[in-house]
Amino acid sequence: MTRWFWPIVNRDLAIAWSGGGLWLPVIFLMLVASLFPFAVGPDARLLSATGGGMLWIAALLAALLPVDRLIAPDVEAGFLDQYHVRGISDEMVALAKLVAHWVSFGPPLMLAALPAAALLKLDGATIARVEIGLAIGTPALAALGVLVAALTASLRSAGAIAGLLALPLAVPVLIFGAGSLHEGSGAALKFLAAIAILLVAITPVAAGAAIRAGRE
Amino acid sequence: MRDVVCRRGGRELFANLTTKLRIGESLRVAGPNGVGKSSLIRMISGLLPCYQGVIDRTDSIALTDERAAMDRGSSVRNTLNFWAKLDRAAPASLEAAAAHFGLSPLMDVPTRMLSTGQRKRVTLARTMASGAKLWLLDEPGNGLDQRALAALGSAMDAHVAGGGAIVAASHFDLPHHFTGVITLGQDQQSVAA
Repeated sequence: MTRWFWPIVNRDLAIAWSGGGLWLPVIFLMLVASLFPFAVGPDARLLSATGGGMLWIAALLAALLPVDRLIAPDVEAGFLDQYHVRGISDEMVALAKLVAHWVSFGPPLMLAALPAAALLKLDGATIARVEIGLAIGTPALAALGVLVAALTASLRSAGAIAGLLALPLAVPVLIFGAGSLHEGSGAALKFLAAIAILLVAITPVAAGAAIRAGRE
Repeated sequence: MRDVVCRRGGRELFANLTTKLRIGESLRVAGPNGVGKSSLIRMISGLLPCYQGVIDRTDSIALTDERAAMDRGSSVRNTLNFWAKLDRAAPASLEAAAAHFGLSPLMDVPTRMLSTGQRKRVTLARTMASGAKLWLLDEPGNGLDQRALAALGSAMDAHVAGGGAIVAASHFDLPHHFTGVITLGQDQQSVAA
């Protein structure tokens, strides 16, 4: 399995890297974090109260940015058919894509969250909680991205539909992610972890089925 | 392959197709456009389900169709190496396949710069290097010049002689002596051996 799994992950990462995909979420997060104080005013108290939630919204939208480039181009170019012909199941391809998608935006986003948090006047404890929450929540967001990309791969104007499809599914991640920002909110983190495990577990199966259905 | 029926978009393209392909045999699927040649190839490769009937396939396959499965930015060498890694193909056989289709001078060219025929030659070289027993070729001659066609013919000859099998869909004759021909038509199929 490792014979083909890592080459597929590597290829997806190389594409994300060459297409500027790696920097897009980072720049997006920084843009939001730097515009937010202009919109709500420079009141440090207000910023630090709302900034954490703002970061979570930005992280969610950043995860959905490359959705139209995750699967549809590979269907178009015949990559997924060629994988299938080689006996690689669509589920494993979806899992490889999930891993590659997370690596290409999760860690960069967590790094970018540090300067963004400084712009939003978050205190040290809140920054730590944002980072822990992102570490648990970004795999869920990556899974959601791959799932929605697979479901919309054969549609025209997939980007808009992907957003509509993803947002309701992302609400629990957002609720528990932002909910984990307050002191003594360990339960929210556990719920976040539960949702992350659920999404990561069902995505390869559901996305694989969607890829297969798209062949007909 | 027994009693295969193909239905696409509510239309029955062909029905009750029965044939058998052994090692060392090659089959050409002929017929006009839209008659179901590509669908048949995709059904044999397992990408499309059979509406009815069974396709038994025991050996590894390599597929060449009109979609090249190449990244625009990567070079011919990287593209071939990527698939060779997945196919567990030896570097020597990859080099030989690339040389056979005259790709040696193109190895460092990004695939987006390739012409239609050159792209086709890369996909054929990938199939040749894959080591798969059964080659499924969908219109392999499209876009090829005379020399590349001859290279394709000799590659097919060598593959069949070396214990492989080929199913090729083509609306024109390929420079290879097929052991069988299926002609898909509007009303009937004829199987000639």
